[in-house]
Amino acid sequence: MANPVTEFWRRYRRNGAAVVGLAILCVVVAMALSAPVFFPTNPLRLVGPAELWPLTDARFPLGTDSLGRDIAAQLAHGAGTTLIIGLVASLVATTIGVGIGAAAGYYGGLVDDVLMRFTEIFQTIPNLIFLLALVAVLGPKIEHVVIGIGLISWTSVARLVRAEFMTLREREFVLASRAMGMSDLRIIVTQILPNAIPPVIVLASLIVAGAVLFESALAFLGLSDPNIASWGGLIGEGRLLIRTSWYVCALPGLAILLTVLALNLIGDGLNDVLNPMLKNR
Amino acid sequence: MALLSIRDLMAHFETPRGTVYAVDGVNLDIGSGETVGLVGESGCGKSTLGKAILRLIEPNFGSIVLDSVDITHLKRRQLARHRHKVQMIFQDPYASLNPRATVGRIIEEPLMVNGWGSDRERKERVAWLLEKVGLPTDSLKRHPHEYSGGQRQRIGIARAIALNPKIVICDEAVSALDVSIRAQIINLLTDLRDELGLSYLFISHDLSVVEHIADRVCVMYLGKIVEIAERERLWAMPLHPYTQILMAAVPVLDPKIARERKKIIPRDELPSPLNPPGGCRFHTRCPYAQPKCRDEEPPLRPLQGRQSVACHLVTEQADGSIAYPTMAAEAAPKNDVRGAPA
Repeated sequence: MANPVTEFWRRYRRNGAAVVGLAILCVVVAMALSAPVFFPTNPLRLVGPAELWPLTDARFPLGTDSLGRDIAAQLAHGAGTTLIIGLVASLVATTIGVGIGAAAGYYGGLVDDVLMRFTEIFQTIPNLIFLLALVAVLGPKIEHVVIGIGLISWTSVARLVRAEFMTLREREFVLASRAMGMSDLRIIVTQILPNAIPPVIVLASLIVAGAVLFESALAFLGLSDPNIASWGGLIGEGRLLIRTSWYVCALPGLAILLTVLALNLIGDGLNDVLNPMLKNR
Repeated sequence: MALLSIRDLMAHFETPRGTVYAVDGVNLDIGSGETVGLVGESGCGKSTLGKAILRLIEPNFGSIVLDSVDITHLKRRQLARHRHKVQMIFQDPYASLNPRATVGRIIEEPLMVNGWGSDRERKERVAWLLEKVGLPTDSLKRHPHEYSGGQRQRIGIARAIALNPKIVICDEAVSALDVSIRAQIINLLTDLRDELGLSYLFISHDLSVVEHIADRVCVMYLGKIVEIAERERLWAMPLHPYTQILMAAVPVLDPKIARERKKIIPRDELPSPLNPPGGCRFHTRCPYAQPKCRDEEPPLRPLQGRQSVACHLVTEQADGSIAYPTMAAEAAPKNDVRGAPA
C-alpha cells in the first residue's frame, strides 16, 4: 500500500465537490492569513465616508459600512475570527462528546444510563436560546461564545462515539487487551478510540460549519464580542441599511454561505474516505 | 495439584428472555504441560468457559484456582498480577488484532502493560517472538491487514506467548483458517508447547483437530461436561451417546469406511440454553433415552481410571467391564433415524 497521505488524497480526490469545498476553504484561510499584511490597521477603525458602494473607490474595493469602516478589511479579519471560533468550538464539542460517549459506551449499564440521560437534557434544550442565555449571563466575550457553542454541539458526538464504543468493546482485540491486564483508560485511549475516530472527524468538520452559523447568529443579535471584526457582526451592522445599502449584509452573508458550504462538502469528502464501507468503491 | 483447577463453575447471562445457563457447573483440571481439548457444538458454552477462566466474563459461582491461587474473586489490581499466567488465542484472526496498530506494537503491548524489562529488552523479545512463530523480522512496522489469515493467527500466537504464560486458551484458534494453513498452525502450537512447556485448553467444535493435539478431551453439552477421557481412550470407546454421535459425524475420507460405519443422528436441534431440559440434558435428543433420564440428572462419575461420563446407561459391571449403549446392542430404538431423510 502506498504512503497513507497520497492514498488519502487519491480517495478524497474522487469526490469532485469535496475538492471544490477544500479550494474554497483554502481561499478563506489565505484571506485570514493575509489580512494583517493587506489590512495592517484595526478593521474596526473609521477610515472613509460612510456607505460607500463597492467598486466606486479604489481604496475601498468592497465599499464601507454605515460608519465608514472598510468592508474588505472586516471580511478579511473576520475570516480568521470565524475559522478560529469554528475550530475551537468544534474541538470543545468533540472533546466533551468523546469523553462522555466513550465512558457511556465502554462501561454500559448504570454509567451509560446516567450519562445518556444527561446528554438528553442537553439535547432537549433549544440550542440557540441556551447559547443566548449563556452569553448574556457570562458576557459577550469570544471565549464565552466558543465555550457556549461547544456546549450545545457535543451531544451528537457523544451519541456517535457511544455507538462506536459499544460495537468495538466486544471485539476480540479488546478482549485480548483485557486478558493481558490493560487498564480501562488505556484500552479506551489506545485500542478503541483510534478505531472509533474516523466518523468523529467527519462529524467534527460538520460541527465547525454549525459553529460558524451559531457565531454569526450571535453576532447578528449583537451578542458576540463587539471588539472583534466578524462576519455575523457586519451583517448585524448592515441590517438597518438593508433597503439602501444591501451590500453591507450581502457580502459577509456570501462569505458565510460559501464557508459553510465548503465545510459541508469537505465533511462529505472525509466521509467517503474514512467510511470503510465505501473504501473499495 | 493441577496447574488450573475449576470447580462448579457457572456463568449465567441475564437476557430479556430469561437467564442463559451458558456454563452450568463445570469441573476441570489441567496439569502442567497438558493439552486438554474441549469439544461440543456451537452454543454449548465452551467459549464462555474459556472466557470465564480469564475472567473476561465474570463467573456467577464456583472457583478458578490457577497455580495455587484462587483468582475467582480477585480485584482488578491483584488479578493483573496473575494475568500473565493465562493467555488466549482467539478464533477470528481478523477481529483479534487492532487494525490501527503495527505488528510490533501488538506483540509488545502485553510486555509494556506488564512492565517487562527495558525498551531494548522488549524489542529483543518481540524479535525473538516473531522468529518463534515464523514471521519475517520486517513485520514490526507493518499493519495486520497486510497479512493473510494464517499469518495473522501467528501474530495472535506471538502476543499470547509473549508473557511466558503457563496456560494458553485456544478458543477455536484454527477454525477460521483454510485446511492447509490449519495443519501449519497446529504444528506451530505443538512445537511451542514442547519447547516452552505450555498447557493448552484447546476449544474446538472440530474433533479431527482436537484428535491431533489433545492429551485429554472433554465433551461439553449445554453448559455441562458429559464425558472426559484420555484421547486414545475416547476415540477407542466413546461412552456417552452424545460423544458417540459427535464421533460418528466426523467425515471420513475412505467412502468404504464411511458407508459401513454406524450412523447415529440425533433427534431435534440443540435445545435453547434459556430453558435447558430437566433430568439428563441430552434426553430430548438421545436415541437411547429411558424414563429415568428425563427425571434424574446423571452426575459425572469416574469409571476405570481417567474416563468420566455423565450417563445413567453407562454402568460398570461386576467383572470390571463397562456396559454402555451402542447401536450394535439389540434392535435400534424406534426414534433412531438410520440414514433416512428427516
